[in-house]
Amino acid sequence: MLLIACPHCGNRPETEFRCGGQAHIARPEQPGALNDEAWSQYLFVRKNPRGVHAERWCHAHGCGRWFNALRDTVSDRFLETYPMGAQPALSPESETRA
Amino acid sequence: MRRFSLTSLLSESLRGHQGWGRQWRAPEPKPRYDVVIVGGGGHGLATAYYLASVHGITNVAVLEKGWIGGGNTGRNTTIIRSNYLYDESAALYEHALKLWEGLAQELNYNVMFSQRGVLMLAHNLHDVQSFKRHVYANRLNGIDNEWLSKEECKAFCPPLDIGTSLRYPVLGGALQRRAGTARHDAVAWGYARGADARGVDIIQNCEVKGIRRDASGAAIGVETTRGFIGAGRIGVVAAGHTSTLMAMADVAMPLESYPLQALVSEPVKPVFPCVVMSNAVHAYISQSDKGELVIGAGTDQYTSYSQQGGLHITTHTLDAICELFPQFTRMRMLRSWGGIVDVTPDRSPIIGKTPVPNLFVNCGWGTGGFKATPGSGHVFAHTLATGAPHTINAPFTLDRFRTGRLIDEAAAAAVAH
Amino acid sequence: MAQPFRLSRGGRIDRSRPLVFQFNGRPVQGYAGDTVASALIANGIHLVGRSFKYHRPRGILSHGPDEPSALLSVDRGPGRIDPNNRASVVEVRPGLRTASQNHWPSLEYDIGAVNDLLSPVFVAGFYYKTFMWPRKFWDKVYEPFIRAAAGLGKAPVEADPDRYANRHAHCDVLIVGAGPAGLAAALAAARTGKRVILADEGAEPGGALLHDTTSEIDGRPAAQWLAETLADLDGRENVILLPRTTAFGYYNHNHVALAERITDHLPGSATPGPRERLWQVRAGEVVLAGGSHERPLVFADNDRPGILLAESVRVFLNRYGVAPGRRIVFATNGASAYTAALDARNAGLDVTLVDLRLEADCGPELARLRAAGVTVLTGHTVIGSKGRKRVTGLIVAPLGSDGRCGGRRVLDCDCVGMSGGWTPAVHLFSQSRGKLAYDEGIDAFVPATSAQAERSAGAARGRYDLAACLTDGFAAGAAAAGSEEQRAFVATPTLTGFQPVRIMPTDADPAKVRAFVDFQNDVTAKDIKLAVREGFHSIEHVKRYTTTGMATDQGKTSNMNALGIVAGQLDKALPAVGTTTFRPPYTPVSFGTLVGPARHALFDPIRTTPIHAWAESQGATFENVGLWRRAWYFPRPGEDLHAAVARECKAVREGVGIFDASTLGKIEIVGPDAAEFMNRMYVNPWAKLAPGRCRYGLMLKEDGYILDDGVVARVSDECFHVTTTTGGAPRVLAHMEDYLQTEWPDLQVFLTSTTEQWAVIALQGPKAREVIAPLVDEIDLSPEAFPHMAMRTGRICGVPTRLFRVSFTGELGFEINVPADHALAVWEAIVAAGQPHGITPYGTETMHVLRAEKGYIIVGQETDGTVTPDDVGLAGMIAKAKPDFVGKRSLARPDVVASGRKQLVGLVTEDPKLVLDEGAQIVSDTNQPIPMRMLGHVTSSYWSPNCHRSIAMALVADGRALLGRSLYVTTPTGFTRVTVSEPVFFDIQGERVHA
Repeated sequence: MLLIACPHCGNRPETEFRCGGQAHIARPEQPGALNDEAWSQYLFVRKNPRGVHAERWCHAHGCGRWFNALRDTVSDRFLETYPMGAQPALSPESETRA
Repeated sequence: MRRFSLTSLLSESLRGHQGWGRQWRAPEPKPRYDVVIVGGGGHGLATAYYLASVHGITNVAVLEKGWIGGGNTGRNTTIIRSNYLYDESAALYEHALKLWEGLAQELNYNVMFSQRGVLMLAHNLHDVQSFKRHVYANRLNGIDNEWLSKEECKAFCPPLDIGTSLRYPVLGGALQRRAGTARHDAVAWGYARGADARGVDIIQNCEVKGIRRDASGAAIGVETTRGFIGAGRIGVVAAGHTSTLMAMADVAMPLESYPLQALVSEPVKPVFPCVVMSNAVHAYISQSDKGELVIGAGTDQYTSYSQQGGLHITTHTLDAICELFPQFTRMRMLRSWGGIVDVTPDRSPIIGKTPVPNLFVNCGWGTGGFKATPGSGHVFAHTLATGAPHTINAPFTLDRFRTGRLIDEAAAAAVAH
Repeated sequence: MAQPFRLSRGGRIDRSRPLVFQFNGRPVQGYAGDTVASALIANGIHLVGRSFKYHRPRGILSHGPDEPSALLSVDRGPGRIDPNNRASVVEVRPGLRTASQNHWPSLEYDIGAVNDLLSPVFVAGFYYKTFMWPRKFWDKVYEPFIRAAAGLGKAPVEADPDRYANRHAHCDVLIVGAGPAGLAAALAAARTGKRVILADEGAEPGGALLHDTTSEIDGRPAAQWLAETLADLDGRENVILLPRTTAFGYYNHNHVALAERITDHLPGSATPGPRERLWQVRAGEVVLAGGSHERPLVFADNDRPGILLAESVRVFLNRYGVAPGRRIVFATNGASAYTAALDARNAGLDVTLVDLRLEADCGPELARLRAAGVTVLTGHTVIGSKGRKRVTGLIVAPLGSDGRCGGRRVLDCDCVGMSGGWTPAVHLFSQSRGKLAYDEGIDAFVPATSAQAERSAGAARGRYDLAACLTDGFAAGAAAAGSEEQRAFVATPTLTGFQPVRIMPTDADPAKVRAFVDFQNDVTAKDIKLAVREGFHSIEHVKRYTTTGMATDQGKTSNMNALGIVAGQLDKALPAVGTTTFRPPYTPVSFGTLVGPARHALFDPIRTTPIHAWAESQGATFENVGLWRRAWYFPRPGEDLHAAVARECKAVREGVGIFDASTLGKIEIVGPDAAEFMNRMYVNPWAKLAPGRCRYGLMLKEDGYILDDGVVARVSDECFHVTTTTGGAPRVLAHMEDYLQTEWPDLQVFLTSTTEQWAVIALQGPKAREVIAPLVDEIDLSPEAFPHMAMRTGRICGVPTRLFRVSFTGELGFEINVPADHALAVWEAIVAAGQPHGITPYGTETMHVLRAEKGYIIVGQETDGTVTPDDVGLAGMIAKAKPDFVGKRSLARPDVVASGRKQLVGLVTEDPKLVLDEGAQIVSDTNQPIPMRMLGHVTSSYWSPNCHRSIAMALVADGRALLGRSLYVTTPTGFTRVTVSEPVFFDIQGERVHA
């Protein structure tokens, strides 16, 4: 069970959280303007990286707030958690997997 | 290939089994193959086998970064069934089930396919409706599946508690008698041996690091830890690692890779005669030929390549097992492990072409790939051999996510694969 | 029998507390403090089981959790029987009944031993090569036979009367193992004041110190140091010491699982408290000090009863005061066995030692043992053993400088202590995903790179010397607690040093002899060589093909030997072959421990409404809906479901019915942007909905499929009262919060779940108004002032209410929202007021029938996650003018707008009495071949008491174009003919709702 640092509440066990998948996918401003291909990319295509991954978590059984995290999907280690709307201090592509 | 038989076994036993040779060779990679299959799991090896045996294409390599059968093939709970709801899925899994029924003889390798019956339990009125929908649909698709009352469930699986003190009492179940289990490792080894005997090169410890493309964008080979290997066609059959491999050819996939855990108990004498699945309480259980209770858990909620999940997933599954089978609390967990399952948005596989010419993909089997192994390999071999899908895998395109023609068994049925 | 092999003195057993237990029905004497293994040995019993495959007689190999052979069924009373218990771990208690396994008719005479004669056939993987002809024989003959032969003990058959507990704990430092390294680590960590948990799998903490009768630590005997250390730790409030507690799983982020055994060792069958407890510890830092396991030597017939690990011989002598034999031969390739031999000699036993090493390669141990009068044969190999149910001799031979064996010689004995070196217990380290490295000096894998906040200490990382262990442990404990304190311990030097050997050299034909590697799974060196010959070169392949290391001991004694043999066969260095990854658990853990109390009512929470007790008192039958328990129907004496529902349905249409709708999800949506938020979340238009009015809302997922529905009331310009389906409430709130927080954080909206705050009493039927009129204040109930789909606030029975005039039955109806605390009182007042009108409580089944008569859908029944608004005839709900809402774009995808989609219709059976099965499939032609083309399925089907016939709804391909057409629906025995209709069966004009 992961230990997750909610930016608002601190370290809490994973069972208090819900994972929301890949982060920083903004909903298109005008979905109607997208063709089917672009819309399906938005809906379904995910990076699914082996390594550092920016993902969304919701502290569902705590403060109820969504936030973002950088996690290494190979080690499951969290590099960083940060509030919704913010950008990570580390870059997901950076070699910061220590 | 030295044929396996009682005679050959007995004659070898007289001379200390010194005469058995390698079940498959360990060849050096050739510079080029007609078809290169990336991924030496059951699906990849089956694909190679059928390329050679059905289509006569033998200049084939299977590249495996570790040891064959070491991924989900060797990490699953071995459940085999075909009682899927939608016509597309039913056709695919029934195709596989029919191949399973003759597989040991076909491969001359005892894969121990055991048609013990898979019983899926209903715990609420919604389950009952959903299962009857399956039973009726299966009947019209020629697939055996029958509705059992809870008393009939108990008769079929005596350890089951059908009392009312359960949090979610059993209301009945759907039984596919032809369904069952098989020996997972033997499936990989049997296909490997059969493919190898027909000339396929199985190359272990060979990791693909890149997919080379020509000026037109078509795939022409793979960069590996053992050098470049040219290929007429490339089939990626790498389960949880598909996203990473396809990214090498700049193809983004609608896939996410999750940890999936399973466990076995200590071995005991026969006590559990069939396979029982209960999606409502998340319990999947059978007893292996070795005597272990084999128990499947659910996926963790986050993507991961760690092959390790959380303890709470395991305990939740055992809660359900002991709720249904209260006498098992004194059984002991012997081993637990995790696999990496690649899940598509509709939880159905993708088998077919990609936007890159000569590059094909077979992925997205999620938690249900083992049962499809022969069928998956068979139709993917057809696709690689002819460049076009078999009628059975034609609906399982990558394009369906654009058109909306999804095949969403889980949404339709609330039944896990 | 009076314990003939019990030594006259020594050991940590309590000789003042003799006791009697049973083995295979025979009484066996022992003492408190004994394990079953030590008590059996005290009575000269070494034959305790039959092996898995060959049914060979097997004895006790070890003294601890690595025991592969001595597995017993243990019976602690009715329902308390379980198999495969390691005799070396089970503590004796009076009346305990133990039994050997895997034999028939008896342990001594086992028919299965015929397999031993057939062993030339039953080699690794033989079953993959045969049992294939004839094909049908597999299911009926071969497999049942294989299954009956497999398995060890018998599974429990009765429900378990014991309970199990679960505890979550946090600490700064978790120390696994209370041997010298773990104790020193605990001393160091405890001094810092940090919270420490020290867990040890043994009945007594102390590890190797419990059987070390000769060493001194800091000038005191080891036992005294141990007692003082435990007293020190015991006196500290910041230390939790857990004996009988196995750390079995090391998960992510220092989440470590411990299994504590609480009552199994206590006398009496009616033990208080839980049997076992699962500790889930989240540790700041972890110190792994789990010690090491001794390796057996691989030689022919190394599995006979009476052949033990050398250190285990020492443990039985020193800790339990029993002699595993009177003439003991130690066979070794290292120094540690000399300590055991010396202790055995000092216990007055006849001792010989055979060492594979040459004289020159031995250390000071050689001279010391010889000085004690023990014969030591150096440069000797072991070729085999004699005996059957008990070892009677060891066959040894000198090894020439050319590697050839000299003349054989049999050393008569009744016990062999063998030592093939030591393997650090790196299991938990490996589980934590730390990287191992091969240490050539000790021929073992040791922890190298940590992946988590963890460090190993002592023998667990190959530090075998006692003083080194203590010093290493102390440093690890201090560092884990954030201190830099160091302490050097002084202790008697430990005899270490050894020369690795894979298989003992032999002059026999290696193809003929059976030298066991995995004792429990009957895997021999020959099997492993065969696997390699057949191309299984990865250690994982070898493991799976031969099953070595897959038994209940998980290869603790066999893994390194197997790995070494594979490396030897492939002529590779050992690290090039690799090691298998260790997975939880370290030792088997009962399901009960993992489950804890999570059974029945504690399996999942049961949610009930404020009316629940009333419904129970009225004899309602309940159904599970999600976590909720809802009243299904209210049978009167003699009524079944059908009769009760028929009566309830009539009562609502003809008079008035009362229904507990409290489980409906409720969300309060408040804020200046509430209407805008609603517009984005629902397909419907909301801007113009006036306060006090209601609208049926339909919500999609982004993929365009229906997620949920429910009536929404606008309470004020900036406040909506949203209802959701019973099962959908958490999902809908989460869905809304997700969009609000992550996509539109600029919107000024607050979402609050009010499901538990508002209880909902549905009053439905022509007389509904009459019933509540006397109870309602501040609201004009007249149809003109309070039309259908309106909401008013006021009071009922003096209690504040949001009174909805809505209907899920098609009748005049009210849904009375009142604060949950007052709900029962209001409910009872309404029931009382309704008595003159024949008010009838009804349950979910009647609710389903009544709504189906009206063709109202239920999300999850008519829809299944693949259904669009148009599919169920609700396209009209969609606000055409809105540029966007969640799911809108997906409704324009090619296959969503294509023809042929399944559409909601009604089905009328030719036989009005026939009620279709929900889930039944629909075809147009019953004569077509299998597989048939299915047009759709029945989503809802009931007997309608008000229509006096069956009714059904279905999703049918292009169904709306088929109105009036005949189709066929599956029945349990065949097909039945139906006519496609509109999905409305009662009050088709919809007038009654406006009454």
